[in-house]
Amino acid sequence: MTEMNMIQALNSAIDDRLSNDENVVVFGEDVGFFGGVFRVTDGLQKKHGAHRVFDAPLAEGGFAAMAFGMGINGLRPVMEIQFADYIFPAYDQIVNEMAKIRHRSGGEFTCPVTVRTPAGGGIRGGHHHSQSPEAQFTHTPGLKVVYCSTPRNAKGLLTSAIECNDPVIFFEPKRCYRGPFYGDPHNVPTWKGHPDAEVPEGNYSISLEEANLVMEGNDCTVIAWGTMVHVCKQAIEDSGVSCDLLDLQTLVPWDRDAVVTSAKKTGRVVVVHEAPKTSGFGGEMVASIQERCFYHLEAPIERVTGWDTPFPHTTEWDYMPSPERITEAIRRTQEV
Amino acid sequence: MVGERELETATPFSVGKPPARPDQEPGFAAWPWSPADLTRPDPTTCKAEDTDAHAHGLLRVLDDDDLAKGEWDPSLDDETLLEGLGWMMRLRIFDERMMKMQRTGKLSFYMRSFGEECIAIAQTMALETQDWIFPSYRQPGAQFVRGRSMISMINHCIGNIEDNVKGRQMPVHYTWKEGRFISISSPVGTQFSQAVGVAMASAYKGLDEATITWIGDGASAEGDYHYAINFASTFKPPVILCVVNNQWAISTHANLATGGRNFAARGLAYDIPCLRVDGNDFLALYSATKWARERISAGLGPTHMEIYTYRAGAHSSSDDPSVYRNEDEFKCWPGGDPIERLKNHCIKKGIWSENKHNKLAELLDDEVMTAYKEAVKFGDLANGPYPPASTIFTEVYEEVPWHIQEQREELGK
Repeated sequence: MTEMNMIQALNSAIDDRLSNDENVVVFGEDVGFFGGVFRVTDGLQKKHGAHRVFDAPLAEGGFAAMAFGMGINGLRPVMEIQFADYIFPAYDQIVNEMAKIRHRSGGEFTCPVTVRTPAGGGIRGGHHHSQSPEAQFTHTPGLKVVYCSTPRNAKGLLTSAIECNDPVIFFEPKRCYRGPFYGDPHNVPTWKGHPDAEVPEGNYSISLEEANLVMEGNDCTVIAWGTMVHVCKQAIEDSGVSCDLLDLQTLVPWDRDAVVTSAKKTGRVVVVHEAPKTSGFGGEMVASIQERCFYHLEAPIERVTGWDTPFPHTTEWDYMPSPERITEAIRRTQEV
Repeated sequence: MVGERELETATPFSVGKPPARPDQEPGFAAWPWSPADLTRPDPTTCKAEDTDAHAHGLLRVLDDDDLAKGEWDPSLDDETLLEGLGWMMRLRIFDERMMKMQRTGKLSFYMRSFGEECIAIAQTMALETQDWIFPSYRQPGAQFVRGRSMISMINHCIGNIEDNVKGRQMPVHYTWKEGRFISISSPVGTQFSQAVGVAMASAYKGLDEATITWIGDGASAEGDYHYAINFASTFKPPVILCVVNNQWAISTHANLATGGRNFAARGLAYDIPCLRVDGNDFLALYSATKWARERISAGLGPTHMEIYTYRAGAHSSSDDPSVYRNEDEFKCWPGGDPIERLKNHCIKKGIWSENKHNKLAELLDDEVMTAYKEAVKFGDLANGPYPPASTIFTEVYEEVPWHIQEQREELGK
């Protein structure tokens, strides 16, 4: 085990895959010599060569297409979209091409591409450096959708994503790159000393089917992913309510057994995400839980999400779900 | 192109128009280009700037009398010439029969290569068997050259139990990995930028493999075209990028698709050698593609081509071109008909005759009908058997995840 921040953990996962699978290639904007604007690929070009880690021209649709072509011809590309907000020029290639090729070719061609992208708010990035567009990918059959939250699961999940023979959209909560975030922008710790900053060296993977039970309790189930996992942890502590906190980790396919077991146990559920409410993945959670757990529910399922508005710049703390809003939702579930 | 771009209006902004609408007399200016125009630069040393004349002229081998002339004459042996002619005839007859099947409800949809049979056939013949074919929907002929059985192709078009893509794609969206023929996608142009990636993977693995891909004049407006040419310029992978300028994208004439008059020369600014090739000239296409392949073998990377031709048929079985263009326009195309031209060439060489041609056409028609009858033994469109409903749920992922398994159980099949 080595203490790492999330950037170092992601770098470690990519480094390990580059070292152990000659078909892995890494590209994106600024990822080569510079090592990426968030430094996730720092040092990898020097170590593995410019034919394996290189800068792509500034055309997300172009290098997504390139990744597709490499993928169907035997490589295992890991591409970086610099901010999730910039993924949309590549949307056609991801949704119509990567996601469909296995099925549409009768299984003759497959596309094992990993699309890494920093997502989410809390860095004063305004509406084009803060979005969390996971639901725009969970609605596409053929894609796996992953959202890490800590250095440890960042490494484990990214390793699995790269090894996966299906295309994976891998969201990295950029707010948590250098430390967990508990909802207080004036008090931002680093990962130093955090138990989930202890990351195994070498090959380390976490199944793309499992949620992580972060906290265990009896009276409410809080479901979150990305940065919101840490904000929820704070909210649960503030609420004084005994809660399960489930970090979904993989959204497609999500961990049915973990969610159902917990929801049936507590009978009360709060789903939290940064993305807008309407058609957010929280809606899928709520619908699925009522389908599977209706007779165990003791209270209406709560959703705490970003607003159905563009993500703001200076007012982002009123946009993102705060510990206060989540605490109130947890308490409401206890009042019924 | 010849002459000025024609406009519907120049104000308040330019809106192009085709040379003729249905009620107008069709016609094209005579071509100023002849086979003697262009030299054949050494492919192993040629730079983009050496192809300026090739990008702006028209590479021809067959002259107006269908005789092979000039430096680009590939001097093919008789067997190869007749093989090419045979594949083109086979494709046209196949297309005609399949379109009739569509009209009588035996296929849900169809697209012919009418007038463009030469392109994929000549080019695939000029490539190596290990090279990747990344087609749009009007290059099915490559599969004939690579040896795919007609029955297998018809099985796909019907979508019966033997369809290798299991009834998941519309007809003519072929996939055939064995022949290195990559899956066709309906969103036009996506293959162009993907082909660059396929070629980069070949280069990465150190293999002597080329990738060829095609895009239409209409689809060359898509971002994918521009991604492809820039990425090919940046990474210099072993790819042959072909813009099939067949004048029409459904009803959108090239004059409405771009303000330019030349597609080939776009590559010059990207430092890619460019050729503008007569798309109805089997020998010119064969020769141009061999040249591009020689560049790839020499490690020099991409070539960009405009293949200048005319879409003689409708876009697809769902299209009615009589609404937007004069139906006789294709008969005026200065490039003529690709099959007639190679046929005449072979006759003039003394290796072919009208009689042999007609006999072969009959044999091919029989072959198509026999293949169709064999194919429907595996199911026809009206009655099946179709691939089982379970194929809806398989191969979405490598393994069926729980939520899709639940949905399959809900369907109960």
